[in-house]
Amino acid sequence: MKPVIYIPGDSGALALGADKVAASIAGELKQRGIEASIVRNGSRGAYFLEPMVEVETQAGRVAYGPVRAAQVKGLFDAGFLSGGAHELALGDPEEIPFIARQTRLTFARCGITDPFSLEDYERHGGLAGLRRAATMAPAQIVAEVTESGLRGRGGAGFPTGIKWKTVLDTGDVQKYIVCNADEGDSGTFADRMIMEGDPFVLVEGMAIAGLATGATKGFIYIRSEYPHAVAAMRRAVEIARGAKVLGPDVLGSGRVFDMEVRVGAGAYVCGEETALLDSLEGKRGMVRAKPPLPAHKGLFGRPTVINNVISLASVPIILDRGAAYYKDFGMGRSRGTIPIQIAGNIRHGGLFETAFGLTLGEIVDDIGGGTATGRPVKAVQVGGPLGAYFPRALFDTPFDYEAFAAKDGLIGHAGIVVFDDSADMLKQARFAMEFCALESCGKCTPCRVGSTRGVEVLDRLAAGIAPDSQIELVTDLCNTMKFGSLCALGGFTPYPVMSALTHFPEDFKPAPMREAAE
Amino acid sequence: MVMQGAGTGIEAQVASIVDGMKGMEGPLLPILHEVQEEFGYVPHEALPVIARGLNLSRAEVYGVVSFYHDYRKEPAGRHVLKVCQAESCQSMGSDDVAARLRQALGIDFHQTTPDGRVTLEPVYCLGLCACSPAAMLDGEVIGRIDADRIDEIVAEVRA
Repeated sequence: MKPVIYIPGDSGALALGADKVAASIAGELKQRGIEASIVRNGSRGAYFLEPMVEVETQAGRVAYGPVRAAQVKGLFDAGFLSGGAHELALGDPEEIPFIARQTRLTFARCGITDPFSLEDYERHGGLAGLRRAATMAPAQIVAEVTESGLRGRGGAGFPTGIKWKTVLDTGDVQKYIVCNADEGDSGTFADRMIMEGDPFVLVEGMAIAGLATGATKGFIYIRSEYPHAVAAMRRAVEIARGAKVLGPDVLGSGRVFDMEVRVGAGAYVCGEETALLDSLEGKRGMVRAKPPLPAHKGLFGRPTVINNVISLASVPIILDRGAAYYKDFGMGRSRGTIPIQIAGNIRHGGLFETAFGLTLGEIVDDIGGGTATGRPVKAVQVGGPLGAYFPRALFDTPFDYEAFAAKDGLIGHAGIVVFDDSADMLKQARFAMEFCALESCGKCTPCRVGSTRGVEVLDRLAAGIAPDSQIELVTDLCNTMKFGSLCALGGFTPYPVMSALTHFPEDFKPAPMREAAE
Repeated sequence: MVMQGAGTGIEAQVASIVDGMKGMEGPLLPILHEVQEEFGYVPHEALPVIARGLNLSRAEVYGVVSFYHDYRKEPAGRHVLKVCQAESCQSMGSDDVAARLRQALGIDFHQTTPDGRVTLEPVYCLGLCACSPAAMLDGEVIGRIDADRIDEIVAEVRA
């Protein structure tokens, strides 16, 4: 049997030198005259072990990592192609605790298969959902998704099936499926990982959405900061079209669905669904007032399903295994699994897919292993730049949409950024305002002007000018932004600001007092 | 096909890009991306050509170009170095990385070195948040940047 070597082509692995490792391995193979095939798989998400190289042996797959190019020769000398012992040996990758503890539904194939082999995709359960959907009436597909309890994974948590039903029920002849892949929140990379590591699952999810709602055309709007994901999706769409998974006769069903990949242009606000639609139409990415909902008047004024990447990528398994199977995972009204992205100053950073319900403390301390710097955790920001900062005192909060809302936070796209005790929360609050000013589309005054005034107020606070009245001002300003902005950019910027102020008041004392306190 | 009134080389090239892409649904952003790919920036002369081709006003086209951070009004340096300044990278010292790069290259963010070798830009998240601090050099991703890596980057862009 010709050895098979897996070296991730995921951009997180590339950022840590995976291409150099691949080149070294190819060089050694040539020099030693060994015939082997190299598969550039996705990442399994354990970034602290990337680049993680796996070899297919008689006893199954064996992992080695994190591998540096200079260690490749040693791996060959140790006979890693047949699973030989080496200090980098990790054994069966499925047994690595970070991976073994997960429940992988959406990411079931990510890091395992060749992302561009449709055969591999099908061998690992791919296309079963779409095949089943192709035999069902649209309303049945929608009912299955509604029944699964799947909620929008982009952050808002709106029931996906309800959104689809609204679009199905409209009579328009032209409807669209739009995939929001404008994953701009710091601390999140689930969309990027699935697009690079298992792009067909997104293609399949969108095709199912098309069959379910009567939409014949899809767009995937990917941010320009993700060139590897753009290339991967374009390639996957092309392959899927060639295999008649997309096109005028989806899997021989006689139904039409095709899609196009579009690239953003560096505007964070385009992650907001209505701004994204304007951007796709070729306009400035300005937020629209709702109603009308995109489900009624979306892209080019047509009924449009707009869903996040992970929502759509979770659909194939729901159609394949049934709503009850998916619904069985989770807690309360948060059903199924969520890919938690553990990031920032963290020892074991990566993507951890699990049923809802783990506590924040379990995620950060237990799974993440505490900070990378080894210092105490001071704060974790959950849900991106618009998410709240949580102190240790709230580490018992379970990962669930409602539980986080009850603590004045949000789970957003499930990114968690960990900060050690060197973090200055006044600086973080100021950054939240600064970022809002930089990225505001300008439509709502509280967001456009308020964010700039917010930076100024926090600067005066840092300079010790009338601190009490600055705190009063920023609190009032946050209230105005929260209730006076159309979208989450202006409306949620108060979350990081107010949570920093509420939970870390000592950082908001003026400089002379802070120095005196130390 | 060259559109009417296309005089200079830039205008003719832009006209042919517009012509090839105007059949797309919502063609403006893809056209601007293509123009920037071709020239390295969106030349001022391109705007009226695009406006004519898509039956838009010049103000509408300019409004779109100026809204998005990606579109350049002038060419960038030979290398483009984007340094992530978002929260995850902040937690791992991206302020310090940026300060060192600014000092080593002698330029601030949004500037190009006088010799045209490198343009330095902030970026807000590259999706490499489990490998912070991160950067992107000419489209190549770099994670867990430390002092040695900064030296390597500086040497590469100066070469």
